[in-house]
Amino acid sequence: MVQKPIVCYLVKDYDLTFNILNATVLPRKEGVMVLELSGTRKNFKEGVQYLKTEGVQVQNASQEVKHDNKKCTHCGACTAVCPTGALSIQRPEMNIIFDQKKCSICELCVPACPPRAMEVRPTKNVFFE
Amino acid sequence: MKKYKINKTYQEINKKIKSGEVVVVTAEEVIDIVKQEGAVEAARHVDVVTTGTFSPMCSSGAFINFGQSVPGIRASKVWLNKVPAYAGLAAVDCFIGATELCEDDPLNKVYPGEFKYGGGHVIQKLAAKKKVHLKASSYGTSCYPTQMIEKDITLRTIPNAVLCNPRNGYQNYNCAINLTKKTVYTYMGTLKPKAGNANYCSAGQLSPLLNDPYYKTIGLGTRIFLGGATGYVTWHGTQHKPSVKRTKTGVPVSPAGTICVMGDLKKMSPQWLVGVSLQGYGCSLAVGLGIPIPILNEEIVKHTAVSDEEIFTQIVDYGYDYPNGISKSYGQVSYAELKSGSIKFKGEIVQAVPLSSLVKAREISETLKNWISKEKFTLCEPHFTLPNV
Repeated sequence: MVQKPIVCYLVKDYDLTFNILNATVLPRKEGVMVLELSGTRKNFKEGVQYLKTEGVQVQNASQEVKHDNKKCTHCGACTAVCPTGALSIQRPEMNIIFDQKKCSICELCVPACPPRAMEVRPTKNVFFE
Repeated sequence: MKKYKINKTYQEINKKIKSGEVVVVTAEEVIDIVKQEGAVEAARHVDVVTTGTFSPMCSSGAFINFGQSVPGIRASKVWLNKVPAYAGLAAVDCFIGATELCEDDPLNKVYPGEFKYGGGHVIQKLAAKKKVHLKASSYGTSCYPTQMIEKDITLRTIPNAVLCNPRNGYQNYNCAINLTKKTVYTYMGTLKPKAGNANYCSAGQLSPLLNDPYYKTIGLGTRIFLGGATGYVTWHGTQHKPSVKRTKTGVPVSPAGTICVMGDLKKMSPQWLVGVSLQGYGCSLAVGLGIPIPILNEEIVKHTAVSDEEIFTQIVDYGYDYPNGISKSYGQVSYAELKSGSIKFKGEIVQAVPLSSLVKAREISETLKNWISKEKFTLCEPHFTLPNV
């Protein structure tokens, strides 16, 4: 499978925009890539179908990051590492706001949070039927 | 002739607390009061200004007396939830330090380590009145023959637990950046390369020692808010350094004064003693601390009216300089600028990241205000104040 530039075909043939959030491709191990794909619904479905015919196992983002407001001390350390701005500080109150819609599930905030208030949990949302 | 127009004593203020007439405001509220009324009028009608801070304070820990067992033990090694506690004290006493790590922690073997559990977490668990597993070993003596014990303890079952923090409440702290090309994981948080972010750790205008820059009211015996209960300042903290450079109004522009504090852990709350993990660095304890400042005269109220615009700190490189002991400032920045969310550094806009919780600092100053207003908390005159310049 490594011989085929599958992501490139998603763009060329299905007019999809991609954003690689995480990629782990190692020898002697199953590779995993986390992609954010956007385009028309029809193209998206066909693109996903193409991946499946190429032998790629496609899953929806099966995890999500949750903010435990009870554990959070609102210090702000997480905002240093959040690449999408999902974690931000509301001013002038200076409390932490977590906008899950902006979260890319990169998980950088999980070990960066001193009281460990950010948790990875399985999600219930299903994108691909 | 008297030096000040307003002169109050601790006794007078305490009398007002007991009669319910006391006027207490927070260190944020007093700023506008002094601006509008002037220092003399503000000192006339305000009696106490409350401060607060909540952030990781590494030099923290607790003395635990876990009680004798039968037959007795002279514990020479002690572990609490697998975290080693110093046992070179009497038979069943130990000191659990906030930064001590769980014995099987992988540390930084895979960098940056996560440091999931340490002494700070044990202290929080104890404060939450939850079970902590104690293991103690000994070589056995005639009077204390037992060589090993294991038991679950809780804060309720042990005879004594005293929070004793040799260095808390730093008066000002560095603003950390990283000028190298690699991300570094420090006790000042994650610092992205090429000055990707600027981390700071002070409550600024709410911070206790920044509101009494010359320690006119703080010293041995000052009663304070500590970990959700009352505690005391018992000494100047380690590394206390009053001689640093200061602004015209006396505010230090780099880390300066510190305090040593103590209090009964049995009365404290896990909300205000939070075990923290600092990625790539280690464990610590976030401590909630608040000091009431008695307004004895107009000079003291003027100091409490200090605002973030007038408090400055130094930008320090934690990528290369700090680990190599190079003391160099890359510029001075105000807390007003830091709290705005970004600072200007070498012409670029750099994200400013706080590590000290202002939400919690405000809550502490409000709680302390409430305690004093409701006659639950009177002020203690220090036997002597902290060493000054």
